[in-house]
Amino acid sequence: MKGKVFKFGNDIDTDIILPGRYLIYTDEEELSKHCMEGLVSDFKSQANDGDFIVGGTNFGCGSSREHAPIAIKGCGISAVIAESFARIFYRNATNVGVPLLEAPGISEIIEDGEEIEVDMEKGIILSESGKEIEFKKLPPFMLEILESGGLISYLRKQNE
Amino acid sequence: MTTIAEKILARASGKGEVEAGEIVMANIDIAMIHDLTGPLAVESFNKIGSEKVWDPLKIVIPFDHQVPADSLDSANNHIFMRKFAKEQRIEHFYDVNEGICHQVLPEKGHVLPGTLIVGADSHTCTYGAFGAFATGIGSTDMAMVLSTGQLWFKVPETMQFNINGDLKENTSAKDVILHIIGNVGADGATYKSCEFIGQTISNMSISDRMVLSNMAIEMGGKTGLMEPDEKTYEFLKDRVAGENKNRLKAFIEKSNLKTDSYSSSLEIIDVDVSNLEPQVACPNNVDNVKPASELSDVEIDQVFIGSCTNGRIEDLRDAAKILKGNKIANGLRMLVIPASRETYLKALDEGLIKIFVEAGALVSQPCCGPCLGGHTGLIGPEEVSLSTSNRNFKGRQGSPDGEVYLSSAKVAAESAIEGKISIPK
Repeated sequence: MKGKVFKFGNDIDTDIILPGRYLIYTDEEELSKHCMEGLVSDFKSQANDGDFIVGGTNFGCGSSREHAPIAIKGCGISAVIAESFARIFYRNATNVGVPLLEAPGISEIIEDGEEIEVDMEKGIILSESGKEIEFKKLPPFMLEILESGGLISYLRKQNE
Repeated sequence: MTTIAEKILARASGKGEVEAGEIVMANIDIAMIHDLTGPLAVESFNKIGSEKVWDPLKIVIPFDHQVPADSLDSANNHIFMRKFAKEQRIEHFYDVNEGICHQVLPEKGHVLPGTLIVGADSHTCTYGAFGAFATGIGSTDMAMVLSTGQLWFKVPETMQFNINGDLKENTSAKDVILHIIGNVGADGATYKSCEFIGQTISNMSISDRMVLSNMAIEMGGKTGLMEPDEKTYEFLKDRVAGENKNRLKAFIEKSNLKTDSYSSSLEIIDVDVSNLEPQVACPNNVDNVKPASELSDVEIDQVFIGSCTNGRIEDLRDAAKILKGNKIANGLRMLVIPASRETYLKALDEGLIKIFVEAGALVSQPCCGPCLGGHTGLIGPEEVSLSTSNRNFKGRQGSPDGEVYLSSAKVAAESAIEGKISIPK
C-alpha cells in the first residue's frame, strides 16, 4: 500500500473524527463528508484513495460510535497508523474493515504530507526518506476480515 | 485467585476460571441499544441475515439522545427503531419519555450484580456501580450480540483504586473521579477493568458510585466495577422483577463478588480524598484537570447540569441548595436536565424545579441534552460551557471553536450565580 500521510496528534477522539450531530446518519457516503471535521474542513476532498492517517497515542478515544471508522473508510483511507489506539475504536475499525496499525515511534519519524509505503506482510512502513518503521503485524484471521471489507462481509463469505 | 472481572467473565463463558489476557466467548445477560447507535446496529443485524433476535427479553431499547425528535432524520430513526422493537417483540422498549439509558436501565431493574451487560454506548460502564461487568461496544459487535447473544472478550487486567477519606462539604464523587483521571491520564487504564473500593466508596450513595463507574471510560477503562453491598440491594430490590428478585437476594447474601487481595492481574492505586478540593477538567481533554480555585477568571456563557454522569436527583438537590433564592448571572444561560422521568418527578415533588426556574434556568425534558452536541443547547464559536457531563473534547457540545469545562453539580451551580468558575462557599 502506498499513499500520502495526514498526520494528527495524541488523543484524537471520536468527536473529532465524526462529531455527534452527524450520528443521525448511517450512510458511509454521508458520514465521510464530515470526517475529521473538528480539525480539518473538507478532509474528504483532500484525501485520495489509499492515503493514510497517522496519529499519536490513544487514537479513537471516546464514544463507541462505529460511525467514526465508517467515515474514515468512506474517505478512502487505507489504514490508520498510530502509537496506540483506544479499545472500542480498535474493535470497531477492524469490524468495518479499516486496518489499524500500531507503530510505536511513528509520530516522531513520519511527517504530514509524506508519501509512505506499508508492507502488511512484513509489518514494515517505509518513509519517503527511506527509513523503516516496524508495526505489530496483524494475525491472518484479522487480515481476512479486513480483506473482506469487514466482519459482516467476512461472516457472509464464510457462510456461503 | 481472581478479580471481579475474571469471576464474572468466567461465569458468563461457562468456565470454572479465566485469567487476564485469555480470550473467551461469553453469553450476554443484557444488551442495550438506543435511538442514536441503534439504527446502525439493526442495519448490521439485517445484513447478517438474521431474522429473529436471540432473546427479546434480554434486549433493552431506550430513546434518549434525540428526544423528542429534533429533525426529520431523527424522526425516521425513531420510526425505524420502534418498528424493530415491535417486530422483534422487544418488551423493554422505552420511548422518548423515559430518560437517559444509563439511568433508565438500573431504575427499571435491568442491571443485576454479577451479570455481563453490553451497550452500544461507551458509558455503559456506569452499571459497574452495581457490580455488573458492563462495557460499551460498536454496532457490528452489537449486531452479533443481537443475533447470537454472544461476544468475544479479552479478559482484562484490573486497576483497583482504593479510595479512602471523608469528602469535604463542597466536593463530591465528580471531584474524586476527575482527580483520578487527571493522575492516571486519558489512556492510563486502556483495556483495564477499573475497580473502585475503599471506605469513601462504601459511604457513597448509589448515585455517587455511578459517577465514578460512568467515567472509567475517560481513562480508557473497559468497565468500572464496584463490590455490590446492602445499598446496591436496597436500590434494586423493588425494581427487579420475577426470578431476578430471588437472584438478587441470593447474590447479596453470598456477597462474594470481591477481588481477592492477591490476584495476580491486579494493580492497586491508593487514593486519599480527605484534602481533595473541587476539581475541573479543562478543554479539550478529560485528563486536563485543575483545581477549580485556579480557574476563577474563566467566564462562562452556559451552565449545563444533567447527563448520565450528574443528572440524578442528588445532583439536582446539590444544585438547588446553592441556587435557592439566587439568580443566575446576567447574560449566562443555564440548562437543567433531569436524567430520567423518575428524577424529574422527584425534583417536582421536592420543589427543585421551581428553584431552578426562579433562578433563571431552563428545565428541559429528560434526555442527553447538549452532552454530545447533537440535540439541544449547543454552544457557538468562542462560547464557554461549564458542564456536569463527562466529555470536553473539541466540538463536543457544538462548535469546535467553543470550549467545555467539566465539574460537579455544586461547582456548576455556584458558577452559574457568579458567571465564572467558582467554588461553593
